[in-house]
Amino acid sequence: MIHDIAFWSLSVVTVVSAIGVVVVKDLFRSALLLAVVFVGIAGFFFLLSAEFLAVVQVLIYVGAISILFIFAVMLTTDIQRGNTANKLQIAAMVIPMLLLIVVLIGVFNSQWVEFGADKQDTVNLVQSRAVGGISDAEFAAESINDEFVRQALQDTDIADLLVGEYVLAFEGVSVLLLAALIGSLALARGRGSR
Amino acid sequence: MSLESLLSVAAILFCIGLYGALSRTNVIAVFMSIEIMFNAVNLTFVAFGRYITPQAFDVHLGSLLTGQVFVIFVITVAAAEIALGLGIVLALYRSTNSIDLSQIVRLRN
Repeated sequence: MIHDIAFWSLSVVTVVSAIGVVVVKDLFRSALLLAVVFVGIAGFFFLLSAEFLAVVQVLIYVGAISILFIFAVMLTTDIQRGNTANKLQIAAMVIPMLLLIVVLIGVFNSQWVEFGADKQDTVNLVQSRAVGGISDAEFAAESINDEFVRQALQDTDIADLLVGEYVLAFEGVSVLLLAALIGSLALARGRGSR
Repeated sequence: MSLESLLSVAAILFCIGLYGALSRTNVIAVFMSIEIMFNAVNLTFVAFGRYITPQAFDVHLGSLLTGQVFVIFVITVAAAEIALGLGIVLALYRSTNSIDLSQIVRLRN
């Protein structure tokens, strides 16, 4: 019940501010509304028991990317014109509408294979503790008493996956971050200065 | 809160972002729309990870966290993309004094 209220209010806030981001004329206000969208998505992550991701979302998106956008707006924006629309309004409106209809038909006509009620507690425990351990009291509350199962649940962490199963992608992303760092340095220095 | 309603919200967000990316002429507004699309996709990843049983659930508990690990990678790539993109926007503004996509028609000077 409380989950449903939280979900629907979050949905309304997020969708309304997302519409605001694309229609508001003042770019500075759209950047602020964008921060609201990011906070809303973090709230969804909390509701979906992905608490680590919610914190990461607040730190990176709300804390860093919104600030970058506000800086970029203040350094460049053309105050008189602001957030103007181009000449393809009708096509730009029709294509997302068609996509939305197709996706919604797909979503509501599919047979999703969801977790059974018996697995729900395990899934919740593992996903909400994607970083950090699970205490004995919490295991007792979920009536998980098998020592072997407890150890397996305890060992299931995002960190283990990042440097285990997904280590190749992890290394690739670190090279990408290095390239982005060097690239933005080269862009910021400009051509003339050495 | 069901899987279908979560996917619907994500689809609506994605389409709002797509509309913004197609219809705005300001580069920064287009970037903001792209960020909304990234976030919608992240929401979809987490929702699927929360509701759908992975094939390997019984033998490999780590498959429960696949969605979350993917979201971490998407966030990293999005952060790198936005840092570089806004750097390019600032360089563009320095050289042409405009960030209007309908006026930027050349790639070299």
